[in-house]
Amino acid sequence: MSAISSGISSFTIDQVRKGLAAREFSAVELAQSALDLARTENPKTNAYLHFSPERALAAAERVDRKLTSGEDPGVLAGVPVAVKDVIVTKGVRTTCGSRLLEHYVPPYDATAVIRLEQAGGIILGKTNCDEFAMGSSNENSAFGPVKNPWAPDRVPGGSSGGSAAVVAQGTAVVALGSDTGGSVRQPASFCGVVGVTPTYGRVSRYGLVAFASSLDHIGPLARTVKDAALVLQSIAGRDENDSTSAFAPLPDYVAALDGNVNGTRIGLPREYFEGLSSETGDLIAKGVALLKKLGCEVREISLPATKYAVACYYIIATAEASSNLARYDGVRYTTRAEAETLSDMYRSTRGAGFGAECKRRIMLGTYVLSHGYYDAYYLKAQKVRALIAEDFRKAFTEVDAIVAPVSPVPAFKIGEKIDDPLAMYLSDIYTITGDLAGIPCMSVPCGKTAAGLPVGMQILTRHFDEPGMFRLADAFEKAGGFAG
Amino acid sequence: MKITEKEVRYVADLANLKLTGEEIVRLSKDLDEILTHIDTLNELDTSNVQPMAQVLYDAGENATLREDVERPCLDNVTALANAPLAGAGYFKVPKVIER
Repeated sequence: MSAISSGISSFTIDQVRKGLAAREFSAVELAQSALDLARTENPKTNAYLHFSPERALAAAERVDRKLTSGEDPGVLAGVPVAVKDVIVTKGVRTTCGSRLLEHYVPPYDATAVIRLEQAGGIILGKTNCDEFAMGSSNENSAFGPVKNPWAPDRVPGGSSGGSAAVVAQGTAVVALGSDTGGSVRQPASFCGVVGVTPTYGRVSRYGLVAFASSLDHIGPLARTVKDAALVLQSIAGRDENDSTSAFAPLPDYVAALDGNVNGTRIGLPREYFEGLSSETGDLIAKGVALLKKLGCEVREISLPATKYAVACYYIIATAEASSNLARYDGVRYTTRAEAETLSDMYRSTRGAGFGAECKRRIMLGTYVLSHGYYDAYYLKAQKVRALIAEDFRKAFTEVDAIVAPVSPVPAFKIGEKIDDPLAMYLSDIYTITGDLAGIPCMSVPCGKTAAGLPVGMQILTRHFDEPGMFRLADAFEKAGGFAG
Repeated sequence: MKITEKEVRYVADLANLKLTGEEIVRLSKDLDEILTHIDTLNELDTSNVQPMAQVLYDAGENATLREDVERPCLDNVTALANAPLAGAGYFKVPKVIER
């Protein structure tokens, strides 16, 4: 057991595998220690909303049985995992950070959850997030904000703030998040961990509670690029329960981590370097210098439609959300406000159940889709989205990867931006473009500010070029000594 | 003003959202700011641009179809387990038809 207590909060997937193989600990011992640690440490951050000890220990027992019988226990064997509470887990409460679903116990598992456990992963519990994944600070959770493990007066980012915080805090080895406009990469950046948004359709969204279906992704958070690659390997691939999941063959992501980035052509989009805080700008510049040292060819490029991305995104995302959230009407999902008529029951349930940000987005989405406005807003946004995607397509004829900031600023103070929704939306500018284009993108740590706040660097590549993205990120992480 | 309080009330009605007077005031201000920002899209000439209706699709048009064969689905008890109010195997709601 001493092998556990000395290393548990910094374990990588490889270390768990070696410890299990050498019989330093069993999967059950590790799961129990991980649950104990997570419970003890959680009050510091509020990152977990609830734990799933029975499920975790049952999964760990299965891993131990396989180890004893000599069966392959899977690439994630015994690895403590946290799952964002917008991804459904059979028999384990899934709240989406919302009062409306406070008591919702899903009758089925998300495909990503099934695949995690098939690979031997141990789900410790569900992580806090902005309500229905709407937010950039985790302050929109009905169950209280998450505190950044590096600075408890600051936000962890959002919406996957809990998933980023548990990985940074060491109360899970890896976590699943979801990304619609930056909700994996921005908290990864704020918490100093790796966060990956794969190509649209690479990971099945079956069982991901829908926010904006043309933008939603499930993606991993981890302390190293290799761990993120291993998790993606386990959950990616075609799923007949999600008709938007991709048929593209699944490459071996770990095999791509060969350090061979000499000659990689990297584009720095001019539009992404305006309006950065000076410390973020300096750290990204140092990161770019490191990439040059590794032999990458760096050039400036232009993605001219960038300045329209926030407006485009907040039309498409809210329009889709207004439709997806219509189902929370008091009939099927646990919470109902009593009323005399059916119509009043719908209205009162939704009025009392949704928080301020969800209401704002449902209202905006309903407005842009309402009679007479469709062409001016939704159709216009779909055209602008095509221009943004075209910018990337053109850029990738000249470069192999794009490097950019994740957020203009490091983690801000809790309460600092909550009363200015437009300012909060505008800070998503560098992450929403990747979601709009559907390309793979990730945040990899690139250093800390003078005050000790982590800053992430973003890498974006062509559709399905996760191998190229991971290769570059892994070489960068090793050269800079940035692994968590 | 891009949006009036009257319009906010109308949209809330479409969205089945009961809002307080305070929320209506606040939402009018917030939506006005956001819609004003959204107006920047009008700077772009998109008359020759095809709308992006599909993010990414890498297979033939029938590839996502499966054979029409029966499969087990959630049983009635499980499907109703999260209902705020159920009875006789159904979701129950306030009366909608006058006798």
